[in-house]
Amino acid sequence: MERTWNNKAWFMVLPVLLLVAFSAVIPLMTVVNYSVQDTFGNNQFFWAGTDWFTEILHSDRFWAALGRNLLFSAIILTIEIPLGILIALNMPKKGLGVPVCLVLMSLPLLIPWNVVGTIWQVFGRVDIGLLGFTLKALGFDYNYVNDVFDAWVTLIVMDVWHWTSLVVLLCYAGLVSIPEAYYQAAKIDGASRWAVFRHIQLPKMKRVLLIAFLLRFMDSFMIYTEPFVVTGGGPGNSTTFLSIDLVKMAIGQFDLGPAAAMSIIYFLIILLLSWIFYTVMTSSDDQA
Amino acid sequence: MTARVETETSTPAAPAAMAKSVPQALAADSTPRRNFGWLVPTLYIIFLMLPIYWLVNMSFKTNTEITGTFSLWPQDPTLRNYAVIFTDPAWYSGYINSILYVVMNTVISVAVALPAAYAFSRYRFLGDKHLFFWLLTNRMAPPAVFALPFFQLYSAFGLIDTHIAVALAHCLFNVPLAVWILEGFMSGVPKEIDETAYIDGYSFPKFFAKIFVPLIASGIGVAAFFCFMFSWVELLIARTLTTTDAKPIAATMTRTVSASGMDWGVLAAAGVLTIIPGALVIYFVRNYIAKGFALGRV
Repeated sequence: MERTWNNKAWFMVLPVLLLVAFSAVIPLMTVVNYSVQDTFGNNQFFWAGTDWFTEILHSDRFWAALGRNLLFSAIILTIEIPLGILIALNMPKKGLGVPVCLVLMSLPLLIPWNVVGTIWQVFGRVDIGLLGFTLKALGFDYNYVNDVFDAWVTLIVMDVWHWTSLVVLLCYAGLVSIPEAYYQAAKIDGASRWAVFRHIQLPKMKRVLLIAFLLRFMDSFMIYTEPFVVTGGGPGNSTTFLSIDLVKMAIGQFDLGPAAAMSIIYFLIILLLSWIFYTVMTSSDDQA
Repeated sequence: MTARVETETSTPAAPAAMAKSVPQALAADSTPRRNFGWLVPTLYIIFLMLPIYWLVNMSFKTNTEITGTFSLWPQDPTLRNYAVIFTDPAWYSGYINSILYVVMNTVISVAVALPAAYAFSRYRFLGDKHLFFWLLTNRMAPPAVFALPFFQLYSAFGLIDTHIAVALAHCLFNVPLAVWILEGFMSGVPKEIDETAYIDGYSFPKFFAKIFVPLIASGIGVAAFFCFMFSWVELLIARTLTTTDAKPIAATMTRTVSASGMDWGVLAAAGVLTIIPGALVIYFVRNYIAKGFALGRV
């Protein structure tokens, strides 16, 4: 849409600007403040320069948590994106099945994150949970509390359960926008099922898939509540992701300097990802 | 229990709908063959419903039954767990607190986002793109980064453990969300409508309230729904900013360990009750869920 140049529009944006400045800029400046200072208590602060950043960037703990985060994101993206496409392709497109599928599939998206954690914490327990009990009855040595592999599997299945529907819904939104004429043309040409997917459905889903990919990557990258409830970061530190480590450091141990430096690094990564997201969004807005 | 019933009714409905809907080109290659495509969503929905069913199942059991025997449905159904929640102020006040700050947050977010979204969708102004991007970064910001500074900021203002503190803190991600969603909906309204209204002598506030807002009513509904949802599901910030008076239900749930061990039944019942607000309104927003999660961009 053609938009007119009018700087008075700033007045309409002002309330948002003030509110978000209060809830984002001021806290962020506090973090920046802490990240370059050291304290010995009593509100006495000393200039520490880039010491905290050097410390964080040289600490194995940070890199280990970052590595776990990236591994987690990579695994869930590899599972959720193809699975989401597969389910979306097989969704009904007309009739009663549509609202039933949409409503039931959306349900996990609307459950509070800690309840998602609670549901899986209970569901996976070997003594009282359906999943854990069944696996144990089938002879698997499953225990997400003590076993690193089992803990990871539980968290991944939980995330697939929680968020695959987002990919499904986005892909479905892309699929229903394909005109019926495209399929008829493909039929006349005698196109195979794969050719229809590759040359009609996939190109039409490109944009929504990109959105789904970025959203899932960013949200999984800052995951906190669900693993916190299910495993609490354990066993050991095996499921301690960046967010969990950060909260532990900032609120648990009150190591303000390193925690602030870590926050800044974390935020910069997210900023880069947001920029990619924004570029994708606005460039495809222009096409549309 | 309802979840289970719905799964069962969906099973026969899905294939019937599929048979009608699958585009002819896909269904028949050269030889007609049976299509088992409906199995995929059906299995997926069963996978989604099982853990929820288990929670609902547990919420109707006694603690002895939960820990003692293993049963697929309550042998001795009881409402005791729900009774505990509705009679113990420590429990039900959690719900009241959550609803209070969530509603406050939704009202604030949508109210300030409306004019801003209009500005972004209709005008170009100095720094508009940067501002729009900056809003997005706040939606994407990890709450963990903000937990500690929020605590200090709201302590400085003496707002710790008040509903308004959580409501304001959640504006961090909900205001950008509302702006983006509303902008998506507003861009779908042709600009000619604005211009015609001005020619007809409408002032801007009158035009906005009388003509524009009704046109994007569904967009406002969707934005409000998503603000409500994201504030409702958030735990980290809400828990950091509250201690007792404004403690959300989510935080109450993390402390169900009592002297007699874990009260699983009450935990399950509390969980079921937090799912209900989403489950109640989901039908009305079903066609907009994708749009909302994608920030109004689908």
